[in-house]
Amino acid sequence: MNGAADLGGMMGFGRVVPEPEGEYFHADWERRALALTLAIAAAGRWNIDMSRHARESLPPAEYLGSSYYAIWVKGLERLLVAAGLVGADELEQRRVLRPGEPVRAWTADDAAAAMAAVVPYDRPVDTPARFAAGDAVRTRVLHPTGHTRLPRYARGKAGVVERVHGAHVLPDARAHGPDERPQWLYTVRFTGRELWGDAAAPDLGVTIEAWEGYLDPA
Amino acid sequence: MAEDMAERVEALESILVEKGYVRPDALEEIIATYEQDVGPRNGARVVARSWTDPAYRDRLLSDATAAIAELGYGGRQGEHMVALENTPDEHHVVVCTLCSCYPWPVLGLPPTWYKSPAYRSRVVLDPRSVLADFGVTLPEGTRITVHDSTAEVRYLVVPMRPAGTEDLDEEALAALVTRDAMIGTALL
Repeated sequence: MNGAADLGGMMGFGRVVPEPEGEYFHADWERRALALTLAIAAAGRWNIDMSRHARESLPPAEYLGSSYYAIWVKGLERLLVAAGLVGADELEQRRVLRPGEPVRAWTADDAAAAMAAVVPYDRPVDTPARFAAGDAVRTRVLHPTGHTRLPRYARGKAGVVERVHGAHVLPDARAHGPDERPQWLYTVRFTGRELWGDAAAPDLGVTIEAWEGYLDPA
Repeated sequence: MAEDMAERVEALESILVEKGYVRPDALEEIIATYEQDVGPRNGARVVARSWTDPAYRDRLLSDATAAIAELGYGGRQGEHMVALENTPDEHHVVVCTLCSCYPWPVLGLPPTWYKSPAYRSRVVLDPRSVLADFGVTLPEGTRITVHDSTAEVRYLVVPMRPAGTEDLDEEALAALVTRDAMIGTALL
């Protein structure tokens, strides 16, 4: 969807404020928000794409008006209610009104193992890759109402395949259900001028990762 | 709003604990992992090794996930790693314009600015102005490539080794490598 999270090329947000290394949180609730979001994954009711979609489909004014971890909290609340794990009334009243569903909860050891686990996103597929490194491609002009990882600034643009990554699960599908629909994934390089016109620096290059369904031969 | 969020998250945590969905010991473990154990010193060791061991550098550039695992780093948000080596000709900068994708096993949790609309919106359009916010100016003749992490591929920038460090050992070299240099918003 064309949501507020798709920020590439927007203007007016001011300067970037550097931050010292080692400052991860600015309030204790941010620590809790991170830990809750990661820990509840043990329940197995949603995946990372559903989680991203829950945040990114917040109404634009709310997304842009919320701090980063506030977006995480709001996304988590939406997921919990949609999955039937917590009632909207319980969030509203800030207390438990009915017993929980039987779901798995991590111990400390389970959590440590899960953070260190490598769970890859590539999948075996029967079809060969349509493109190879060096191929000229053009991204499609897509405006899906569901989840997508093709940024608006890179739609309908000519580029060159830089790297072939294997077939990866497709977020556009996986954000909405159990079907992973893996597709070949490519790194595609664009010139700054192709993306932004003549005002762009002549030596700017930008790469994105694009699933095969985002691309046509050029 | 900050106070409201504190109360809101406290209520959410107590609901999830009371329903048996999360355990407090798991929450503490996750916070300790990312506040104390996993951070940019991991990536700095990878960079220092690549500076001192040409065979390791080649493995890092051809299969970064495996090369990083050789040093014992891996896991969530580092499943498909790619290393980008800065050269006098090309400088790399990493962003996730859509959310906050970042290589956790080597850099830890992202800094606030990496997740901010200011960075995400402008670095793909005018990266030199973003580098200027960090007080960084690229040398004349260095082109710039911005990598927007739109999938589960995660990038580690390998900065150029500073001049005059020939006598330093790997540990001393790692101490020179900053988080921002491994994102591409600093030079060493």
